[in-house]
Amino acid sequence: MSNTVLSVENIHTFYGQIEALKGISVRVDEGEIVTLIGANGAGKSTTLNTISGLLTPKKGTIKLFGETISGLPVHKVTAKGVVQVPEGRRIFPRMTVEENLEMGAFLRNKEPAAVKESVTRVFDLFPRLKERRTQKGGTLSGGEQQMLAMGRGIMASPKLLMLDEPSMGLAPVVVEIIFDTIVKLNQEGITILLVEQNAAMALQVANRGYVLEVGTLALEGPGKELLHNEQVRKTYLGEV
Amino acid sequence: MTAEAKMARNKKRILYTAIAVLMVIVPLVFQASTGLGFLVRILVIVGIWVLLALGLNIVVGYAGLLDLGYIAFYAMGAYAGVLIGQSFSSVLGGATYWVMLIPAAIAGAVTGLALGFPVLRLRGDYLAIVTLGFGEIVRICLNNNIFGLTNGANGLPQGSDQLVPPFGAIWLQDNVRFETPLGQFVFSQNLFWYFIVVGLCIGAIIVITRLDDSRLGRAWVAMRENEVAAAACGVNIMTQKLWAFSLGALSGGVAGVTFAYVQQFISPESFTFMESVFVVCIIVLGGMGSIRGVIVGALLIRGVPDLIQGLAVAGVLKLPGEAISMITGYRFLVFGLLMVVMMAVRPQGIIPSSRRARELHPEDDSILADEDQSLWDLEHREQSSAHNP
Repeated sequence: MSNTVLSVENIHTFYGQIEALKGISVRVDEGEIVTLIGANGAGKSTTLNTISGLLTPKKGTIKLFGETISGLPVHKVTAKGVVQVPEGRRIFPRMTVEENLEMGAFLRNKEPAAVKESVTRVFDLFPRLKERRTQKGGTLSGGEQQMLAMGRGIMASPKLLMLDEPSMGLAPVVVEIIFDTIVKLNQEGITILLVEQNAAMALQVANRGYVLEVGTLALEGPGKELLHNEQVRKTYLGEV
Repeated sequence: MTAEAKMARNKKRILYTAIAVLMVIVPLVFQASTGLGFLVRILVIVGIWVLLALGLNIVVGYAGLLDLGYIAFYAMGAYAGVLIGQSFSSVLGGATYWVMLIPAAIAGAVTGLALGFPVLRLRGDYLAIVTLGFGEIVRICLNNNIFGLTNGANGLPQGSDQLVPPFGAIWLQDNVRFETPLGQFVFSQNLFWYFIVVGLCIGAIIVITRLDDSRLGRAWVAMRENEVAAAACGVNIMTQKLWAFSLGALSGGVAGVTFAYVQQFISPESFTFMESVFVVCIIVLGGMGSIRGVIVGALLIRGVPDLIQGLAVAGVLKLPGEAISMITGYRFLVFGLLMVVMMAVRPQGIIPSSRRARELHPEDDSILADEDQSLWDLEHREQSSAHNP
């Protein structure tokens, strides 16, 4: 059995009085792609934000390699190697592409040589970014911005990369590229937790998947299995 | 390096050398010219305001936090410097001012931390309102003779006490005097202070430039552009904000004690809300995040009104007494109009920093609009999912 990178145990997260997560448990093993799917408002992003430290769970624990990380602020979670590529990309619009990437390696200031290598790696993954290295982040297209956001995440040399809706608002062609890259990154050894509305795409690339429904886990299983699950097909893949 | 870049660099060097030479010669000429000595005094005051604005510029321009009570740190520096200085002046003598720079800086920075810690969780307008309130609280405390220390509205030092001028100031004034074609040159205390203030400003500029190029500076830019993303990159938002806040406050404290020893007197009247507004105006007018902009802004907002008034009083400008009082009365109106015009025509300031110009240049409006829309969508979605999970 492979190492467990992340284990989320029965977390409850609240927005004020409203309980958005009612006991979610998720496990991510080393080298896996795990996806969280579900309808709008099911709590996918809330789960991710709770893991990354943007939100604090009221109950339950989150462990990274057995060490509790729930309750830590975002920057500390990042320092431990859990790197979130936030929803809506959130690149730095007035920094150049290169500056954005450097910002991703903010905590790796003691290893400039390795950071340079990472930049090369990102440029290999996304040749488009290399072409636009001196351009402002805000002038990139949506797809390029998503690439940049992912590149910035990779720059932190994450132990777990969390992608929040990487396909949001992108053209189908671009979505293909993004998902190809996700698979490629995974093959290079990066463990990935993926939140997606595009359930079909996500389940195709994922080793395992969790289906969320209004703050609870409805289903879990291997990606391919969920893809063929009748309930999932009906509800999330739009098939009758 | 290309020939062009070399030429540009040489040009820059010549320009800076010229400015440096002017900065030394001009006050000497003023001082020597009969009837123009007051201009040196104005330069000293402008210099103190440059220092003050440089400090606030860290908070507003670099970290993007609007502080409307900045004058409180200036006040803390001034009162700490005077109160502590008076207790030790018999021991310290002419060194009092120099030594007092330390407690004043600490008083500023500690106040900055004490205020920053609870309120930096707030953003934008909310932060502005709380800092505004804080500034007023400090002024009212000073005005009400808090702990029996501040002597209320009568100010400090009390009665016949005097603040000791720094080493050399008196000696220079008494011994360096000679006739020039323009008039008698005296190395006045004002001139002495001018060089001190210029030195402090240069020191501050060096520190700030280095900060801007540092990791801390980069973290500030990231934080200003997108707090969530900055945090996701591992930036500790709270620490960075506290750094900005306390560094700015430290600079304010140093400016405060300098002001106190230049003026030889302080009272709560010098630390009103309007003064805070002036500092913000200087930054906005000059260009947020731009050091050169701040200097130009301070010259315009602090220097020009004093200059007109001074010239009129000195009889160089022939103005009736009414006009002089009108200048004082209407200056707020003029500044208000100036601000409105600036915001409409050139929101990035007179000499914007290159990065700020990018942020506020109209060409970017469409990008900004897109970004605002996507952020709105995002927040709206978060909200709707929170209400309807």
